[in-house]
Amino acid sequence: MTVATAAATGSTETRKHLAWASVRRLRTLGMYTLSVLVGLAVWQLLAMAYGSSLVASPSETLSAARQLASDGTLTNSIIASSRRILIGWGLGVLVGAPVGLLVGQVPVVRQLLEPYIEFFRFIPPVAFVTLAVVWLGIGESSKVVLIFYTAVFIVTVNTSAGVLAVSESKLRAARNLGANRRQILQGIVLPSTVPHIVTGARLAMGNSFLTIVSAEIVASQVGLGSLIWTSRNYGRIDWVFVGIITLGILGFVFDRVLRIVASRVLRRYGVKL
Amino acid sequence: MTETVKGAVKGAVKTAPSKIRGAALSADGVGIRFDSFQAVRNISLDIAAGEFLCLLGPSGCGKSTLLSAMAGFVTVDEGSLTVGGAPITGPDPELGMVFQSSEALFDWMTVRQNVAFGPRMRGASRAEQAKLADEYLGLVGLRHCADRFPGQLSGGMRQRVQIARVLANEPGVVLMDEPFGALDAQTRQVMQEETDRIWHASGCTVVFVTHDIDEAILLADRIAVMTAGPAASVKSVYPVDLPRPRDEDDPAAVALRRQLREDIGEEVRKALRDQGLDEESRNTEEDTR
Repeated sequence: MTVATAAATGSTETRKHLAWASVRRLRTLGMYTLSVLVGLAVWQLLAMAYGSSLVASPSETLSAARQLASDGTLTNSIIASSRRILIGWGLGVLVGAPVGLLVGQVPVVRQLLEPYIEFFRFIPPVAFVTLAVVWLGIGESSKVVLIFYTAVFIVTVNTSAGVLAVSESKLRAARNLGANRRQILQGIVLPSTVPHIVTGARLAMGNSFLTIVSAEIVASQVGLGSLIWTSRNYGRIDWVFVGIITLGILGFVFDRVLRIVASRVLRRYGVKL
Repeated sequence: MTETVKGAVKGAVKTAPSKIRGAALSADGVGIRFDSFQAVRNISLDIAAGEFLCLLGPSGCGKSTLLSAMAGFVTVDEGSLTVGGAPITGPDPELGMVFQSSEALFDWMTVRQNVAFGPRMRGASRAEQAKLADEYLGLVGLRHCADRFPGQLSGGMRQRVQIARVLANEPGVVLMDEPFGALDAQTRQVMQEETDRIWHASGCTVVFVTHDIDEAILLADRIAVMTAGPAASVKSVYPVDLPRPRDEDDPAAVALRRQLREDIGEEVRKALRDQGLDEESRNTEEDTR
């Protein structure tokens, strides 16, 4: 009997706990909705105060979005920009992570590469837009290279900082258990550095969105950045708004997907996002 | 100053059905410097194969430095360190180290993968890795936790994983650096009894660093008391001629404890004086054991 009561109270406890969790989740969702509604109201007020030649109202933006979506411009822009970002960013992570590992782990590599990393880190991708077009033409490669340039330094610097933060006692333990340098790099340093690599990848993703607009300024037919820049030439403030808002939503979605995938797949390496 | 007691060491010759053959470890006039700082000086110790030796001393006396040198992490500046007659030149699976902090475990690996790490590094077959991991997890009583991650275990269990991981390499010498220092008093007591049992079952030589006098009396065949640093050396060596498992209330144990406390108290006072504390701080010395 006592066991039965205990089980019963246990399940009420669990139920109560679950109920609380869902209440908390609902409240968070409610606050988000409230925040967005207030934002839309402020936007509407600003649009009414300054007129549609300066600020497109939410409804004007929505109808502009419909218009751009119906002729395929919006979808094509999203696809074109996403492709450039994903390829450039992906290559940046693929190159930046191993380079960062070597920079952090091998003093000779660090000494050879550090001057360049410390130099280029401070030159924004925008500064290279002209050179990229002159050197690589107006095709895809110039944009992808600019995104890659954006991503690779952030991932490299984050990864090498992660290598320097690897726990000394883990390294000693691995040496003590008979691991050689390569085994330590692969088996201890890399797994310990995964959270830093993921953080670097997330920051790089954010910066790729900054770069894509400037990368698409010059001689680009399609893309969200190009949409924003050509709309300016037509004086279509509402299209500019569509481009900006789409960029924001796209960035949010990319980051969310990255966070969910990384925390699922890499949880055992201590990735908590 | 340095005195080495040799001779009949109780328990040095084991009848345990062990697979591991303990290796003799020998320090001859060892001195270690960090730049201009002399950490330890003129240390001579002969540790017999299969012996359990405790290095006991006030904190900061260089006992962990000496242990690091035995593990091959720190190079010796004077004298020599040998294991089984061969000089120690660097980290070696033959000289297993159990670290004070369980941070030394690999969090992204399961307990079994942690224990199988050493055999995997030397290229043992998968079957052999699994066999060794299961065997030594069984020895420390953690086979049921093999598929868990270190983060899911308690502090005492994590230290047992560390012990199993070191033993899976079947080392001649196990070096333990205050392995139970971070555990609560009850868990520490259980771990001390476990250590005694595991050591008997394994047959390896153990060098155990501690500042806990009771721990040393409970575990050691011999206790080497170190002087206060810097330039610490071995002050005296006490054989512990008590039957196992040990009873801390045994009159002989009580007498030994008093003797050790006096011996160490002197060194602690010296250390405190060097740190600028005057005679008024004397009564705190009892707390440092």
